[in-house]
Amino acid sequence: MNKLAREDVLKLARLARLDLTEEEVGEFSRELSDILHYVEQLQSVDISGLKPTNQVTGLVNVMRDDVPHDYGYQAQELLKNVPAVQDDQIKVKRIIE
Amino acid sequence: MQTAAKWPSIADIADKVSHGELKAVDLVERSLKAITDTKEYDAIIATTENRARERAQAVDQAVQRGDKIGRLAGVPFIVKDNFLTLDGETTAASNILKGFKAPYQATAVERLEAEGAICVAKANLDAFAHGSSTENSDFMVTKNPYDKTRVPGGSSGGPAVSVLLNLAPFALGTDTGGSIRLPASFCGIVGYKPTYGLVSRSGVVAMASSTDVIGPLTRDVADTALVLDVMSGKDELDSTTIERDSNGYIGLVDDLKGKRIGVIKEYMGEGLQPNVKTVVESAIQKLKSAGAEVKEVSLPSLPMALAVYYVICPAEVSSNLSRYDGQRYGYSYKDAKDLDESYTKSRGIGFGKEAKRRIMIGTFVLSSGYYDAYYKRAQTVRTKLIQEFEAAFKEVDYLVGPTAPMTAFKIGENVSDPLQMYLSDIMTVAVNLVGIPAISLPAGMSDGLPVGLQLMAPQRDDRALLGCAQKAEALL
Repeated sequence: MNKLAREDVLKLARLARLDLTEEEVGEFSRELSDILHYVEQLQSVDISGLKPTNQVTGLVNVMRDDVPHDYGYQAQELLKNVPAVQDDQIKVKRIIE
Repeated sequence: MQTAAKWPSIADIADKVSHGELKAVDLVERSLKAITDTKEYDAIIATTENRARERAQAVDQAVQRGDKIGRLAGVPFIVKDNFLTLDGETTAASNILKGFKAPYQATAVERLEAEGAICVAKANLDAFAHGSSTENSDFMVTKNPYDKTRVPGGSSGGPAVSVLLNLAPFALGTDTGGSIRLPASFCGIVGYKPTYGLVSRSGVVAMASSTDVIGPLTRDVADTALVLDVMSGKDELDSTTIERDSNGYIGLVDDLKGKRIGVIKEYMGEGLQPNVKTVVESAIQKLKSAGAEVKEVSLPSLPMALAVYYVICPAEVSSNLSRYDGQRYGYSYKDAKDLDESYTKSRGIGFGKEAKRRIMIGTFVLSSGYYDAYYKRAQTVRTKLIQEFEAAFKEVDYLVGPTAPMTAFKIGENVSDPLQMYLSDIMTVAVNLVGIPAISLPAGMSDGLPVGLQLMAPQRDDRALLGCAQKAEALL
């Protein structure tokens, strides 16, 4: 790696469900290559014997009792930002032909 | 620079409101007027004046009844617009969230309100907090009051300018890679990044969940300490929260004499603007004169921190931004022929360029075939950084260095080169990756622009760090 070709950019955009303009495809091909080139320096670090860190304060599997908590919200209130609602449900485009 | 009148200390305001010597309604009006008078700086996206006025009246009435209000009685504050609030919209300065009205509030806002504080406005940021200058806001670029042709830093540029212009006594920001400290440095105010998990992230628009923290921007350390004292601690709505210090964060003990302070070698060398270096060196000299034992400390992997960050951060961003799908909230493309097109067009049109750039990088480093080489490797170098900081804190109590390698840069200067823009964060990101607390203090001026001094402490040593900072502030 390290140059992102046009096809690579389009494939990533597809994976991320992003519709890009022609201009953006060109720009990202150049810019992402630069950024990936910059982060390549990590390949030179000696990491033998080290494990990756995902959580910095050492917490592991924080659990709580499995009991529902009533926060007092009404369905309509929570649905007020939804672009399309029908019968108190989120309406989306047909997914099965 | 034309600023509104300076506010008294937060504790002082709350005390006077509680005793009926100041009225909360007057404080809110003062804040709203200051916001109107300083529109030219584009610090504020929208006010939350309806709820603010109602709450102010309620506070004043409660005082009249003789009720106990709280430690922030009637104190106006401003939040970065990535905090969910009940009044007004929460946009994260992004087109995709334009029009979004939150059904609940951030825990941090709830805790401040419970002590009588009043949110008056939502401040500008780089959209989704992606940036170092506020130029990535989908709405407008906030101007630095020291020089309107320059950026205020970012991503919490709006909150920093709000505090500098005295629009409110304090503001809240978020800091994922430096987003509180960098604008604090560029605007000459105090910006605090707590230990990871010390303040609940519930109700704050997520950027990179493993490094996101919430903190105050204020005029001085005492105000920061009080706000942190109110906001911090465990929250059942954020499972990564940690216990607060049993002594809290107020009543600080000046903590400098005899303390060992390590000057970070890697931050004082190449890449640091000479004028910034001069101011920082003189500030460190003052700490030494006050009795601190100052020595140089080296953390050899620090130059890798930015590369680690720009793998991990976009990875988490790409994951966190997948929720913006045009179906449940936010912008939705109306003419889609099917669900897939609804996703791709809503996201393609709704997201700004930097959000897309980070989603693309994140998707790449997490994708099959590249995950080990990029993401996992970055997480492992992160471990190395953590170990180096741990080793350094065996030798010294605090670490010190500049907050940023430069003073506020010109608007437009770095826009065409994303990598150059990312380099603004080179001295702040390591702190986020290792989860330690850090503060940016005004250290002095260079060519009419503020320079920030950054102090760091081990995880959970927030109280001691604030004590050290309070002493340092008095010397600078």
